[in-house]
Amino acid sequence: MTKILIRGAKVLGGEPQDVLIDGETIAEVGAGLTAPEGAQVIEADGKILLPGLVDLHTHLREPGREDSETVLTGTRAAASGGFTAVFAMANTFPVADTAGVVEQVWRLGKESGYCDVQPIGAVTVGLEGKKLAELGAMHDSAAGVTVFSDDGKCVDDAVIMRRALEYVKAFGGVVAQHAQEPRLTEGAQMNEGVVSAELGLGGWPAVAEESVIARDVLLAEHVGSRVHICHLSTAGSVEIVRWAKSRGIDVTAEVTPHHLLLTDELVRSYNPVYKVNPPLRTERDVMALREALADGTIDIVATDHAPHPHEDKDCEWAAAAMGMVGLETALSVVQQTMVETGLLDWAGVAERMSAKPARIGSLEGHGRPIAAGEPANLTLVDSAYRGVVDPAGFASRSRNTPYEGRELPGRVTHTFLRGRATVVDGKLA
Amino acid sequence: MKRHLISAADLTRDDAVLILDTAEEMARVADRPIKKLPTLRGRTVVNLFFEDSTRTRISFEAAAKRLSADVINFSAKGSSVSKGESLKDTALTLEAMGADAVVIRHHASGAPYRLANSGWIDGAVVNAGDGTHEHPTQALLDAFTMRRRLVGRDAGIGQDLSGRRITIVGDVLHSRVARSNVHLLTTLGAEVTLVAPPTLVPVGVESWPCEVSYDLDAVLPKSDAVMMLRVQRERMNAAFFPTEREYSRRYGLDGDRMAKMPEHAVVMHPGPMNRGMEITAAVADSDRCTAVEQVANGVSTRMAVLYLLLGGSEPAVTTNNARTEENK
Repeated sequence: MTKILIRGAKVLGGEPQDVLIDGETIAEVGAGLTAPEGAQVIEADGKILLPGLVDLHTHLREPGREDSETVLTGTRAAASGGFTAVFAMANTFPVADTAGVVEQVWRLGKESGYCDVQPIGAVTVGLEGKKLAELGAMHDSAAGVTVFSDDGKCVDDAVIMRRALEYVKAFGGVVAQHAQEPRLTEGAQMNEGVVSAELGLGGWPAVAEESVIARDVLLAEHVGSRVHICHLSTAGSVEIVRWAKSRGIDVTAEVTPHHLLLTDELVRSYNPVYKVNPPLRTERDVMALREALADGTIDIVATDHAPHPHEDKDCEWAAAAMGMVGLETALSVVQQTMVETGLLDWAGVAERMSAKPARIGSLEGHGRPIAAGEPANLTLVDSAYRGVVDPAGFASRSRNTPYEGRELPGRVTHTFLRGRATVVDGKLA
Repeated sequence: MKRHLISAADLTRDDAVLILDTAEEMARVADRPIKKLPTLRGRTVVNLFFEDSTRTRISFEAAAKRLSADVINFSAKGSSVSKGESLKDTALTLEAMGADAVVIRHHASGAPYRLANSGWIDGAVVNAGDGTHEHPTQALLDAFTMRRRLVGRDAGIGQDLSGRRITIVGDVLHSRVARSNVHLLTTLGAEVTLVAPPTLVPVGVESWPCEVSYDLDAVLPKSDAVMMLRVQRERMNAAFFPTEREYSRRYGLDGDRMAKMPEHAVVMHPGPMNRGMEITAAVADSDRCTAVEQVANGVSTRMAVLYLLLGGSEPAVTTNNARTEENK
């Protein structure tokens, strides 16, 4: 059994401690541990040690769009970003709406070895919003699906949404809603507001997100189910979720790193690298989202890692695909927007990027405390690092990052998946 | 002048006045027996039209030809563009053929901006209308027409539109003409008021440097020029307004409404007009309506733009001597 001693790591940003990994498990945590014979020693030198990150919202694109990402390249990107588990969204080709497809993705994840892949199942057949997919069969499959989402599309039919919320209670599932009222967003290209008015791009109004969230929290309350809101992006959505939680409604919500940092002012460049769904909003929204993530109204950060081939972004805005890659920059953006602003400490980051997403997705073995006896899923972060984002160095097959050329803080130097290093000194092992 | 003309917002007051003054010089060429200048001989101007617009295309074509440029018309219809060739590949093809300027009309807002800033081509880019974003040469020819009518052909040289009250009526939400005009007319010192049903005013308009009104009758007496925008009939199906008749009653310009305008005020329309919809035939055919004049002015204005973008600092037509010669 391999033994690894991480020496002098600030566990969750606290005082430096030593962490001994024995095989797949954390054997001991304490000050001044002596390295057992034959143990590999990693000098952490005051770096931050976090539980392995968990992403509840990743697009791995396989099957169907292997030109933009595969399970293997996507999990390599995830490991590089400090993740030990990702939830793979269902909008593949074919759609992950049957036990067969989710088991295929699950198996590919097992083979990759870079991080655990937990497939998300579609709520409706073909993401068409008309007929429930076989949710129970996906749950009972080897993939053990508990999170269901039509992400990319909204489950806009109120009856279908109600039934889905009710049905998954039988096996402790949760529906993750992509909140977007379709009629209000026909032809939508960017946030509707001052900038869209000037640029002449079709508007994606905040109300199209907020009205669906309002409906869904009320539905969840009515049928006594829990509901998860994907990539919440507006100040108004924050208010609705805050209200719902104060009423005791079982709702959780996620925010993406890009919605914590970027605004629709960037669209003035007409550079489609800033085209994403939901769209980049205003400074006011960004500030409301940060505050909500800090106070717990928004539970977690999820990347919405959405790889696209170069040609789908190297074109005019209207013709471009929506989405940004995010796995390899997520932690840096959170450090910049939440930690360095004083809104969140590292323990708070661990809760929002590891423990809570694992709980929402009922994922065992991840998001656990850094303590003896726990699985050795760990991420070591050099928070003092400053570097300019260079997409050429990404492990992801796609390069559609909005941060190219931008200086971001922090770098994942080591990632451990059940005691095995997937990243060493900032490079994939 | 800048290297490209993408947005009317990019023009300073002096840039705009220079274009209008140059356009006046160009207009004099149209009065000559031989309507041609050698200025752009050997230069290639490509009219790259991804959207049908015969009027704008022939206006640019006439402008380029009067400056002796070689003109290539590239229309999306029946070309490889309709077979899925990307804007980038089309641009690279034109670049390989040595285009000095690309005049682009595109259904996607921002396509000219991308063309000018993506490194795909070296030539100058002129926006001939992009999606619902801008149509800067239309705004320039509108300003040129207003200056002539409201300030005077000779008296206008070197002048802007300070203090003139311009009303723009109709589908502002989808209008690239309105966006360009708001920028340009404001830069030139005019006071702009937009009039439309609230459904056709964009959310976010409060940041624009103009007034917004829903009441046409209240604004008309305070207008030096009233610009009627074309209302696409297909908007009716999207519930922007109940019926064509109701739109016409509330926001159309007929003889009675025109009578509320000051004596000197003009009626403008970028064309093509929906007679009976936003404008009645009586108004369209009256001598207060400048629609046909705008078309003629369009050629002079586009000559000025192409000349200033491609011709550099050489005098366009004239020297004072040349003009005196002509005036003899």
